[in-house]
Amino acid sequence: MRARIYAILRKEFIHILRDPRSLVIVFLLPILMVLLYGHAITFDIRDIKLGLLDQDKTPAARELVEGLVSSDYFRLTGVLENREEISEAFLHRRMIAVLIIPQGFAASLASRTQSEVQVIIDGSNANTATVAMNYIKAYFVTRSLQLNALVMRTPIDLQPRVWYNPDLKSVNFIVPGLVAVIMMLICALLTSVTVARERETGTMEQILVSPVRSLEIIAGKTLPYILLGLVDGIVVVVFAWLWFGVPFHGEPLWLLGYALIFIYTCLSFGIFISARVPNQQMALMMTMVATLLPSILLSGFIFPIASMPRLLQLLSYIVPAKYFLVIIRGIMLKGIPGPQLWQPALYLVLFGTVLILISVKRFKINLEG
Amino acid sequence: MEHHYSVVVEELTRRFGEFVAVDRVSFSVRDGEIFGFLGANGAGKTTVIRMLCGLLLPTSGKARVEGYDIHTESGRIKENIGYMSQKFSLYDDLTVAQNLQFYGGIYGLGRAELDRAVTAAIATTDLEAHLGKLTRDIPAGWKQRLALSCAILHQPKLLFLDEPTGGVDPISRRAFWGLIYDLAEKGTTVFVTTHYMDEAEYCNRLSIMHAGRIIAIGAPGELKARYRKQTIEDLFIDLVRGESAAPLSAKEGEGAQSL
Repeated sequence: MRARIYAILRKEFIHILRDPRSLVIVFLLPILMVLLYGHAITFDIRDIKLGLLDQDKTPAARELVEGLVSSDYFRLTGVLENREEISEAFLHRRMIAVLIIPQGFAASLASRTQSEVQVIIDGSNANTATVAMNYIKAYFVTRSLQLNALVMRTPIDLQPRVWYNPDLKSVNFIVPGLVAVIMMLICALLTSVTVARERETGTMEQILVSPVRSLEIIAGKTLPYILLGLVDGIVVVVFAWLWFGVPFHGEPLWLLGYALIFIYTCLSFGIFISARVPNQQMALMMTMVATLLPSILLSGFIFPIASMPRLLQLLSYIVPAKYFLVIIRGIMLKGIPGPQLWQPALYLVLFGTVLILISVKRFKINLEG
Repeated sequence: MEHHYSVVVEELTRRFGEFVAVDRVSFSVRDGEIFGFLGANGAGKTTVIRMLCGLLLPTSGKARVEGYDIHTESGRIKENIGYMSQKFSLYDDLTVAQNLQFYGGIYGLGRAELDRAVTAAIATTDLEAHLGKLTRDIPAGWKQRLALSCAILHQPKLLFLDEPTGGVDPISRRAFWGLIYDLAEKGTTVFVTTHYMDEAEYCNRLSIMHAGRIIAIGAPGELKARYRKQTIEDLFIDLVRGESAAPLSAKEGEGAQSL
């Protein structure tokens, strides 16, 4: 039994090492993805280009603007003379928000009537516009309270603190998700393609006329990817820690254990799919659609599940990466003790086992096709 | 004279939906003989072989391979047979030696056994000079020899060859048949399918398949004498034509009984 599994395992490693494409996926892609996602995907926006149309030209108005641009969030990129220049500035992307302080701002401030300030935002990028608007709103709320506080006490003094990711760094949030995506990629995608390839070239048939048992085939074909998936997961975490300073608060051994469970689920997914497709192309397409895309889009990796439409929220329950994300974020960012995460882990085990059982059966029946 | 049978098939049938690929086929293969299946593509030759190898379950009928039942003992059958398909089923990105090691490995051969088996196989098939080359880089004739070597590493009693000479030049084909004779001489039973008429002549006994049924069976010389034909080719064309015009179930019955 061991000789048979070893024969398959050894051959599988030769395949991987001889194919430049799989080499890139296994050894280069994880690092590239961390660099790319780590640097490119960020939800915090800095240096928003702000224009100023100051029709008041008083010290009070200048003070207002200074408060705004002294933060990292805004940078004053131009001073306008009249409203007609705004669209010109937006079109040339010199600014994406313009603050308009009308004439008489200081006067009404002094007379304690309500003073009006207007902001115009370029909404062509809805994300940036929303963030810019929220920053500006927050600034003016604080500012108003400060001005009010000169005459009366603020009724509620809010002091927000963010735990686990105090700087709200996006990369801390992204990297754990990346581990899940890369493991999915290697363990589901590569396995399903390699099994499909054996079917396509007829070598699977040649293996099936030998006394090898289904479980031995599955073990021999998956062990290399289990190993590579695990190694890549570790590489991503360590690299993110060194390069981006992503924290690791929990116990690494527990994470390793849970990662193995997740890999098991990914593999069973890959095998499940490969048992249903005739060739490599289909295997690639199906695994992309069934595992990789959901892991990126529906797992909460980037887009919060809570803000999805109802239907997608329901769909996300059958995305294994979603459960692993709960585990890995919990361990890395919050330092949750391992045993407390048994629930999502149990789900992953069940999910994988159901798929594997169907596949083993299918492997036998597949002798028919 | 008493014969021992390597394969015994009774009324074997396989349907794919409405299509009857193999229709109540009965025949036996004697120990140590070269038994040929001659038929056009789609005649059902491969389907019969796949059922005998345990790759496909029959819809009805019985068969025993090396004494084991194909329904219940396919595991035992697999230990005793070798199989070479028309696709050669090799790994192009592995070297010749690595292919041999792999196929030996999945038959559970230990390192020492494997070395001995590989040495024996390459001595038979002359592969020595190609061992270190990538399989994709060697000519079709050598791929064919490699596929054969892979199929005989575990010294099977019965060797199935499913159109083993497809896509190979005539000289390699002739040489390949030389190898088949060598194996048979050493006691291996060979069950070979082909659609080449000249190859059919090389077999000890031959069964002609058409549209899922066996329409004639016997030694090539015997068949030619019985139907008064000079060549197997004439015989084959005549039989198939006759079958297409008016299927004669009597003839099929006669063929099966003449074992």
